[in-house]
Amino acid sequence: MTPEELDQIAETEREAQSHFTQRVNVCVAAGCLSCQSQAVKDGLDQEVDRRGTKDQCQVKGVGCMGLCSEGPLVSTSAGVLYKKVEAADSAAILDSLDGTPVSRLVCPTDVPFFQRQKKIVLENSGVIDPDRVEDYIAANGYTALIKALTEMTSREVIDHITKSGLRGRGGAGYPTGLKWSTVSKSVGTQKYVICNADEGDPGAFMDRSVLESDPHRVLEGMLIAAYAVGASEGYIYVRAEYPLAIKRLKNAIRQAERVGLLGANICGTRFSFRVDLRLGAGAFVCGEETALIASVEGKRGTPRPRPPYPAMEGLFGQPTLINNVETFANIAPIIRNGGEWYAQIGTEKSKGTKVFALAGRVENTGLVEVPMGVSLREMVFDIGGGIPEGRKFKAVQTGGPSGGCLPSDCLDMPVDYESLARAGSIMGSGGMIVMDESSCMVDVAKYFMDFCMTESCGKCIPCRVGTYQMHRILTAIGNMTATAQDMKMLEELCDLLKHTSLCGLGQSAPNPVVSTLRSFAEEYRAHVEEHKCPAGVCGAQPVGETA
Amino acid sequence: MPSYLAKPTPPNQDKRWKLVDATIRRQGQQQRGLIETLHTVQEAFGYLDVQALRYVAMSLRVPLSRAYGVATFYHFFTLKPAGEHTCVICMGTACYIKGAPQLLDAVQRDLGIVPGETTADKKVSLLTARCLGSCGLAPAVVYDQEVAGKVATPAIREHLKKWTHV
Repeated sequence: MTPEELDQIAETEREAQSHFTQRVNVCVAAGCLSCQSQAVKDGLDQEVDRRGTKDQCQVKGVGCMGLCSEGPLVSTSAGVLYKKVEAADSAAILDSLDGTPVSRLVCPTDVPFFQRQKKIVLENSGVIDPDRVEDYIAANGYTALIKALTEMTSREVIDHITKSGLRGRGGAGYPTGLKWSTVSKSVGTQKYVICNADEGDPGAFMDRSVLESDPHRVLEGMLIAAYAVGASEGYIYVRAEYPLAIKRLKNAIRQAERVGLLGANICGTRFSFRVDLRLGAGAFVCGEETALIASVEGKRGTPRPRPPYPAMEGLFGQPTLINNVETFANIAPIIRNGGEWYAQIGTEKSKGTKVFALAGRVENTGLVEVPMGVSLREMVFDIGGGIPEGRKFKAVQTGGPSGGCLPSDCLDMPVDYESLARAGSIMGSGGMIVMDESSCMVDVAKYFMDFCMTESCGKCIPCRVGTYQMHRILTAIGNMTATAQDMKMLEELCDLLKHTSLCGLGQSAPNPVVSTLRSFAEEYRAHVEEHKCPAGVCGAQPVGETA
Repeated sequence: MPSYLAKPTPPNQDKRWKLVDATIRRQGQQQRGLIETLHTVQEAFGYLDVQALRYVAMSLRVPLSRAYGVATFYHFFTLKPAGEHTCVICMGTACYIKGAPQLLDAVQRDLGIVPGETTADKKVSLLTARCLGSCGLAPAVVYDQEVAGKVATPAIREHLKKWTHV
């Protein structure tokens, strides 16, 4: 593959696409697929066949368009978005391409949900066919890789990433440029690049969506990273629970190999890179980098003490770069447009955009990408459309089991790494769950503690025993049998786990409890002293449903 | 060749062992291929039994204890055969907030089993998932690989009735 050949592929594809005067894009990411969007696509295909307009009208399966709650979504070249489409609507939609839209199916796009977004990571989602590398190349795909390989030294690539201010999107927010620089300076016979696609947080589906909608974007990010740090082998560690993402990734790897963008001497340079998939098997702790490495090595996913950091001694004892899916998906635009361009977006310390999975008790659930620094209020009430059924907002949970619940007085806080940490939560990978007054915060804290207890790998005692004890106390509070002594113990355990656990799972496991104790102390008090649950949730469920 | 170096023979004549052998070869018969191999076994046979674990352990030359340790460490692996149908209820945060516990309650009462169990007539297995990533459609349920969104209690009862009364 030479730059000229890449241009050629892009030209041919654009030429082929320009023949179509009408286009209909159907979302075939997992959200809409489970609302039967495949049947919608088949229906449209058949209708186009029947009309004999195959040469003018293109029906394309594309990635996620964001508003998952209104699926299946269909967009047309007339600029109209349709929601809740059924196969039977095919004829009506095709008729509308040159005329007036089908009003009963129209999904308005002039609302904050669409207008407030800024798409960098998701720019191709809902636009290109994730199963065709040609479509990705026609949308400027792999130009960043070619630019890096032919015009830049690895030092310059890292400089751009550093300048961009990009921070790890997996949750901890470690500066990506610094990580790359450390790995590039490490000495080893073989270096590795690993893409962490083990999206274990319940309530988060950003990575799944990116992989399903734009897998080549992630591969391109990995390739550029490998060039920058001097790695020649890579792994994508992806959850086995995401069969569609796995299928599309496998397909993408095969296509990239076929056109010569993966393999030996890419683009006629000395740079070679090959990549393989490793399937996770359902262990939350494998999101921790040393546990993930153990799992890629075929072992139980237990973490080990750091240092040495994976950047020095990682996979098979060699220097290893581990980044999250979304981090890699940010790389190509940064190289294309320069680090300075990216650094203009976002806040002083949190640059760029972040993809959030908005879910829970909110009108518009789905995937959104916003610049860092928007307020929680904008997220919940403008983009999210507020709380349904006229109920009252209670809290928004960010960061999954390692994060916290933010009450209504945090609503005007900007969403960035520092502000969330100050408020007692974390950015996490981007799950954002909205809760209304029907949720009991003690019950929510118990839910997350149950999660951490089950997911604790058992290697270190504070986490293994501490999460069990905390869960026991939270269950007692829920059953109205807890005492003041229990409450004191609960607070002590929060402190103990935070400071003595081996890895992030145990250290952050108390976060949901700490944050609810801080903002919703009144609810705990009502359970313990008055033996009642203000939200009417506790006491109604059988004890020990965790078994 | 000493017996401990010889390639073990598959437990039986089943053709599916060829798939397992192919994965082992693709991983260069290295120990690091353990999880990938177990994935193949589970995909081919539906679950991991002791003879399968023993065969994989011998083929990759890892102690049986390590193969068993890995198989029990990860939630995705199951050591028991599933029923004719499986019903997976997502217990992710979004689903939890939107009523997954009530769904689970109803199903548990109807079928008389807890998650991880199969009904006595081997018709239905009940499982829970950490998160399916279908949070936009919460609460989500998977009926035999097919994801259904915004499931209400009457709907799940109806669906399970179709499985248990045929």
